[in-house]
Amino acid sequence: MNWTDIGHIDDIPLRGARCVKTPGLTIAVFRTSENEVFAIENRCPHKAGPLSEGIVHGKSVTCPLHNWVISLESGRAQGADEGEVQTFEIRNDNGALSILLKAPMMVAAE
Amino acid sequence: MVMPDGRTEKLVIIGNGMAPGRMLEHLFEQAPGRFDVTIFNAEPRVNYDRIMLSPVLSGEKTYEDIIIHGDAWYETHGVTLHRGDRIVSIDRTNRTVTSQNGVTVAYDRLVIATGSNPFIIPVPGHSLPGVVAYRDLDDVGAMLAAAEMGGDAIVIGGGLLGLEAAAGLKARGMNVTVLHVMPNLMERQLDPAAGYLLQKALEDRGIKVICKANTKAILGDGKVEAVELDDGRTIPASLVVMAVGIRPSVQLAKEAGLAVNRGIVVDDGMLTSDGHIMALGECAEVGGQVYGLVAPLYEMARIAASHLAGDKTPAFKHSDTPTKLKVTGIDLYSLGDFAEGPDREEIVLRDATAGIYKRLVIKDNRIIGTVLYGETADGAWFNDLKKKQTDISEMRDTLIFGQAYQGGSPLDPMAAVAALPDDAEICGCNGVCKGKITSTITGKGLTSLDEVRAHTKASASCGSCTGLVEQLMTLTLGDKYNPAAVTPMCTCTDLGHDDVRRLIKAKGLKSIPAVMQELEWKTSCGCAKCRPALNYYLVCDWPDEYADDYQSRFINERVHANIQKDGTYSVVPRMWGGVTNAKELRAIADVVDKFQIPMVKVTGGQRIDLLGVEKEDLPAVWADLGQAGFISGQAYAKGLRTVKTCVGSDWCRFGTQDSTGLGIRIEKFMWGSWTPAKLKLAVSGCPRNCAEATCKDIGVICVDSGFEIHFAGAAGLDIKGTDVLGLVKTEDEALEVIVALTQMYREQARYLERIYKWAKRIGHDEIRRQILGDVERRKAFYDRFVFSQKFAQVDPWSERVSGKDKHEFKPMATVGYGEAAE
Repeated sequence: MNWTDIGHIDDIPLRGARCVKTPGLTIAVFRTSENEVFAIENRCPHKAGPLSEGIVHGKSVTCPLHNWVISLESGRAQGADEGEVQTFEIRNDNGALSILLKAPMMVAAE
Repeated sequence: MVMPDGRTEKLVIIGNGMAPGRMLEHLFEQAPGRFDVTIFNAEPRVNYDRIMLSPVLSGEKTYEDIIIHGDAWYETHGVTLHRGDRIVSIDRTNRTVTSQNGVTVAYDRLVIATGSNPFIIPVPGHSLPGVVAYRDLDDVGAMLAAAEMGGDAIVIGGGLLGLEAAAGLKARGMNVTVLHVMPNLMERQLDPAAGYLLQKALEDRGIKVICKANTKAILGDGKVEAVELDDGRTIPASLVVMAVGIRPSVQLAKEAGLAVNRGIVVDDGMLTSDGHIMALGECAEVGGQVYGLVAPLYEMARIAASHLAGDKTPAFKHSDTPTKLKVTGIDLYSLGDFAEGPDREEIVLRDATAGIYKRLVIKDNRIIGTVLYGETADGAWFNDLKKKQTDISEMRDTLIFGQAYQGGSPLDPMAAVAALPDDAEICGCNGVCKGKITSTITGKGLTSLDEVRAHTKASASCGSCTGLVEQLMTLTLGDKYNPAAVTPMCTCTDLGHDDVRRLIKAKGLKSIPAVMQELEWKTSCGCAKCRPALNYYLVCDWPDEYADDYQSRFINERVHANIQKDGTYSVVPRMWGGVTNAKELRAIADVVDKFQIPMVKVTGGQRIDLLGVEKEDLPAVWADLGQAGFISGQAYAKGLRTVKTCVGSDWCRFGTQDSTGLGIRIEKFMWGSWTPAKLKLAVSGCPRNCAEATCKDIGVICVDSGFEIHFAGAAGLDIKGTDVLGLVKTEDEALEVIVALTQMYREQARYLERIYKWAKRIGHDEIRRQILGDVERRKAFYDRFVFSQKFAQVDPWSERVSGKDKHEFKPMATVGYGEAAE
């Protein structure tokens, strides 16, 4: 397990998201209106929609493809839909952000 | 199931109606992934609720409202759906089916669900244009098209379907006459007394009813003009609807050599005479009976699914289904057998002034039939007594007054529902009982009718039990259930769109946080439904003061391209009026080569679409297109999309005006404007209408004397021809009217409401009055649009090429590729 620096909170728009690319998957890093940050897999459990491009509200994001609402805290689909995405631990040190990645993800995938 | 050779078992379904749709729902629940499913649908669309055709005809619902399975459902379940392709033969030896378009598919299990065909009385003239059946959405489309022209309509057939058609056509403004061959209406469900009350109620609404009317011929030269009766009477009509019954559609099964009687013969497990083939729905005959009401068809679906999933225990049993007439304002309920007989007694209650008639037919102290007219709330209770064979001798004196009166004193209606046993059937269509509804409300914490529909299916088909379901919700939830008259914008507020728009103006609210604070939003920062709506309302109302909230826009409007299913984007450059040239085409070709864009397609709006562009490439693609003079075509926007044109008087020998020039002028004037929903225009140079202006949001048909302005068309989920707003003499006037109409729509419509829905709500005459009748008002609308354009006409592509929102197109960090992140 590794804490990896990914940048500063100001790089992410308020109520928005940016992506962190890794060889295995893309992680979406969200910043809510309350300035909290969350990191989840950038892939809706429904049809793999890019969650980072959805509208952020409260501690949720609405997927741009078919409007599933995913909790940023738990990664679980809200409402009548069922499914969940992987979540990642994220640290906010005076605005400097880092996420906890598992070792295999750090190995370059070919 | 995996077959011995390693492949998944193939299930092929012929027909895509409600019965096979329901069967698949059950099957996917019981045995997900067991079958590889292919459906052939002769109709070119998805599965929709046929019971709701009447509300679509009358205008109370739209096609969108009655879709059961949208495209996404087929995709989710991996179902291959062939639309508009009819199966023409079944080869039982090789186990394949072949379609009209020449597609041959092999099956392991085949389900025939071909439904039924409307019966057309073979009188002379029955095939004239203007004679339609009432069976599917195409029929409704044909009736609506006829209703647009107004005039006289005749409905042949005074049964359920015929009367619903008559009421719908009347609601659409036609003069309607119903011809019925029997002495009273709906004779199979109603006794003469109730039939009489019904006839009176229809006549009060202006529908003429002629009973004992035998149609001799349909008259007309090239199209329907009149209907001639046996007794010599001739009744004029431009539309004749035949609703005299249905016949199971069995031809295909017969040709395949299956056992066929009135319907395709199946056993109580829905299996035909061939062990690999099942049949269900209106085409199936089980126990010597064929069925047309939805409840038994859904029961067949449940049984067929169970047998396909491997559980062969369920068997189809006949039960009587109540009949309800879906004509707003007429309450009618009928159930079981109500013919007179020596061993039968009856209890009747009549109140002619109040228009109430109730009749119970009783045999050996048990209810065997019920007709209720005018007041039908006790239908479920009577049905329950009948089904359970309850001995009614104890309550005989008060039985007819209904459940509320059992036990001496009258109870309130709520108590009557409360007193129903848990296994009392509430939703006849879907066979949902009271206990299932109340336990699901509690178990899942449901609070809205839509949720109850989604989870239980109760009141999700014909909707006539909605009142009962709502009473159950009130009983279960108490004050927590509030069937608000206004539909709130979303769960963040109790206010509807209209109130929010009004209050934004009245209170001078100029930011999303201000709206949420002042209007007491229930969430901290709204949701994906209300935020884009509020952003639009504020952009529209305060064009110079409001700062567009980027994070409240849908992704397409944030990155100015259309997101595709794989996360890539499509890019559409603006091509004024659909006109282009060699230089532009060359520039597009270069971009396609340079960025290896996988698909180039011409759109329905006369533009070129570049599909499959990676998000990170967007700014570079725009930069190159911008060099050639292109700006964004805004093919993604809830805003002005395209103005289609034909070549007009410049080239066409029929052209009356310069339609291309006018289209380009309108587009250059209006591009960049945001509207409640997308706005598509067209200009045709003559009434031959090659630019298809009469199904657009706003259209122009050029004529010798000027420009006919059309509006409120639709050619998507709904198909609707435009209405004429008015005729103007000059191009300048045409532009002013179109712009003013657009501004009125921008200021008044609800977010995502297309112009035809808004116009229907406001009234076409009201729009004509404000735009054409009131010159000052038109001028004011026009001026406000022009003012707003000062802030709206900024090309989003060039803005982003010069660096705006650049964070959007780059990852924040790249990690794990052997190098540290930047």
